[in-house]
Amino acid sequence: MSDTTLLVFRGDSIKTGTEQPFQVPVQEGMVVLDAIHWIQAHAATDLACRWNCKAAKCGSCSAEINGRPRLMCKTRLDEFAGEPIHVWPMRAFPLIKDLVTDVAWNYLVNAEITPFTPKTDEPVPYRMAADDVERVFEFRRCIECFLCQDVCHVLRDHDQKAAYYGPRYMVRIAGLEMHPKDTVNRTALLHREAGIGMCNITKCCQDVCPEHIRITDNAIIPLKERVAGRYYDPIAWVGRKLFGSKAD
Amino acid sequence: MSDATQTYTHDVLIIGAGGAGLRAAIEAAAGGASVGVVCKSLLGKAHTVMAEGGIAAALGNVDPQDNWQVHFQDTMRGGALINNWRMAELHATESPDRVYELETWGAIFDRTPDGRILQRPFGAHTYRRLCHVGDRTGLEMIRTLQDRVVALRIAVYMEVTLTRLLKDGDRIAGATGYNRQTGDFVTFRSKAVVLASGGWGRIYKVTSNSWEGTGDGVAMGFEAGAEVLDPEMVQFHPTGMVWPPGVKGLLVTEAVRGEGGYLFNSEHKRFMLDYEPEKKELASRDKVARAIYKEVQAGRGSPHGGAFLDVIHLGSDRIKKKLPSMYDQFLSLADVDITREAMEVYPTIHYAMGGLRVEPDTGATTVRGLYAAGEVAAGLHGANRLGGNSLSDLLVFGRRAGAAAAQFVKSVSLGALDPASVADEQRLLLGSLEGAGSENPYLLQQELQAAMQEGAGIARTDAGLRTCLQTILALKRRADNVHVAGSRLYNPGWHTARDLRFMLVISEAIVRGAIERRESRGAHWRTDFPNADPNFGKLNLIALKDGDAMRITTRPVPEMPDELADLFNGEVRQKSA
Ligand SMILES: Cc1cc2nc3c(=O)[nH]c(=O)nc-3n(C[C@H](O)[C@H](O)[C@H](O)COP(=O)(O)OP(=O)(O)OC[C@H]3O[C@@H](n4cnc5c(N)ncnc54)[C@H](O)[C@@H]3O)c2cc1C
Ligand code: SF4
Ligand code: SF4
Ligand code: FES
Repeated sequence: MSDTTLLVFRGDSIKTGTEQPFQVPVQEGMVVLDAIHWIQAHAATDLACRWNCKAAKCGSCSAEINGRPRLMCKTRLDEFAGEPIHVWPMRAFPLIKDLVTDVAWNYLVNAEITPFTPKTDEPVPYRMAADDVERVFEFRRCIECFLCQDVCHVLRDHDQKAAYYGPRYMVRIAGLEMHPKDTVNRTALLHREAGIGMCNITKCCQDVCPEHIRITDNAIIPLKERVAGRYYDPIAWVGRKLFGSKAD
Repeated sequence: MSDATQTYTHDVLIIGAGGAGLRAAIEAAAGGASVGVVCKSLLGKAHTVMAEGGIAAALGNVDPQDNWQVHFQDTMRGGALINNWRMAELHATESPDRVYELETWGAIFDRTPDGRILQRPFGAHTYRRLCHVGDRTGLEMIRTLQDRVVALRIAVYMEVTLTRLLKDGDRIAGATGYNRQTGDFVTFRSKAVVLASGGWGRIYKVTSNSWEGTGDGVAMGFEAGAEVLDPEMVQFHPTGMVWPPGVKGLLVTEAVRGEGGYLFNSEHKRFMLDYEPEKKELASRDKVARAIYKEVQAGRGSPHGGAFLDVIHLGSDRIKKKLPSMYDQFLSLADVDITREAMEVYPTIHYAMGGLRVEPDTGATTVRGLYAAGEVAAGLHGANRLGGNSLSDLLVFGRRAGAAAAQFVKSVSLGALDPASVADEQRLLLGSLEGAGSENPYLLQQELQAAMQEGAGIARTDAGLRTCLQTILALKRRADNVHVAGSRLYNPGWHTARDLRFMLVISEAIVRGAIERRESRGAHWRTDFPNADPNFGKLNLIALKDGDAMRITTRPVPEMPDELADLFNGEVRQKSA
């Protein structure tokens, strides 16, 4: 069993906090989250981090590992071949302590989105064709890890949280808009409050998504097309028909 | 962090934001109550999100012969008949509507060719019954309920741990605890409390549960005088990962076998054909878990001490479509491509059949104003839970507890706050930070987990259980001597110090119950009493607080009315031709 070095951010302010080195014994197949747990039990009982499932299913353990937004439970130590591993909190959100950030803003944004709204006289149980639900499944895979929010330069570098909901919520809106039984049109919301025009299709979000959701290609671009039908958006083009018979 | 205690007031306080808590909140709000939901993690991260295989409901979409009577019998037989029949009846009759209701809130399940909800086979369910979304059913369910709660503007307090129920005389008056983020103390005043705090898998070393599964709700209910039913009944899910070490215990969903996976031993023998010739890999979980255990004991285990679980014959497309997260989990964490290689699996501690005793129709515990639903409650599953019956349990009984609590609060006023009890709890909480102790809470937790794994695991004996009990009692004393560094600001060591006390209460109840039940039934396997004993078959065990001690008593298993009992006599099941 060899050791590896983790350089873990410690502190309750991003300005005054510093990296603290820890020597961690490595077992086969170990992930960064295992190393953090080892540190908690043996070296720093008050090291703060979030986790739940340890299996990339809950989206709790988001962090920046060597600068890249990733899930700690899915990042293997052997990937780094013994090189020191830097573990930092997500930088797009206010820090609480160590690896834990205040992600409350995401929940507030989420509450602004018009929820699923079926026809009032839709017969129950619902009939929905497999083909119609297939593309919605991709969006419903989201585990709300907020890594896409963390990497999006609109939120991260420009702190435009008042102007743009961020990729996670483009995914949620796409899932609602393409739901076969939903009746609401969220185009105005997308254009104004949600700020879809702020996205300039860099695709960084879909690059980091641990669920491999093609956020830009399959959620944002089609939504932009839809918005472009009503409002001007320089990056959108008009193409496929994904929104069923919803009125524009 | 401040020394003042923040106080919030609601008609109904719901402790837990898994499926049970969220469904209860929706119903209590619909009943006109002001509702507050509290959870230890962020919203949407409870165990419910991790459920993979599906939710059991006799829709009969794939096998039209299925109906609630068959589901009822499967549940009772699976539970070795010490279940509460009324809960099993309500569960079987109401699950279909609860599933359909989820779709009216935006959920989407996998579909049949004619556009209805698709159902897959699962262990000990006679027909194909599990509604699912690939292998991420729990995510679909929790996100749907979460969206509904948000749409209804129900107050949710995230990252708050409640550690003590407050009473006014013999009735509930609220609960107190701390904010995990800031370390501030918080108190909730309420007319009713619904406990929906989940299970306790974390008290074992090898488990599929997250850090949250420390049995807080059962322990708090016990301390408040509620009865704990069948604590000895702990489910060992047959298939947890065994390698690499860091993922040991992670769940391999039963859907793998539901979709047609085979179990092999090191001699490439499909051993379930011998143990359970009829149901084979899809026998009930207690039976499959014991079979794997026996194969490994007999020296026919896989390289890392498990059995092989093989889906290669299903073909790569089917695997990636129906088991995508299993495919990903093995590939990224264990370097195993399950379309080409077999998985290695071994039983993992998964679920608590035991929990607070509740009235079937309302979820009321024996403490006035205190309700319980979901994994924290007991009765539905008896000695062994069938896969998929938990998610439906959460919806059926979450809804019922929420409705009953909303009804109850209409006729009562807010109970008086007991400042002495609040102060006492805060002293207990501060002990580990301010006291002169020297024990490390994580290491004590690990000692407990090792002791439970060893002494109260899948194969139990009187001697092993008694040794385990001594360890627990010793750890209880050492828990008073825990010391943690740092401040109250997001301090997991400090949190663990308190969790440990809950875990010790539950562990003691499990072990004391297991000592008393001198027979083998369902998940409870006593190698010194290898057979079922008809006398124990008539009894549920109860753990009760008695002064400062814990007492085990019994209650008769409630008797079924004739029309239900009749189902078990003549051969009522019509196997599909
Ligand atoms: C990996 C895995 C896969 C599973 N797959 C399936 C499946 O396919 N089908 C099926 O039917 N079942 C499955 N189960 C079982 C099922 O998911 C759980 O039994 C069920 O989700 C429990 O739901 P719950 O609402 O009772 O509690 P949980 O979902 O565990 O939620 C408990 C809630 O209570 C809160 N809480 C706990 N203590 C406190 C406290 N002290 N203060 C404040 N809040 C507190 C927690 O924060 C959490 O929000 C699976 C379980 C696991 C672990
Ligand atoms: S594609 Fe749009 S949403 Fe995604 S990171 Fe780039 S700007 Fe942000
Ligand atoms: S879309 Fe992907 S990256 Fe963004 S929150 Fe969801 S799972 Fe995470
Ligand atoms: S712990 Fe759940 S995603 Fe990492």
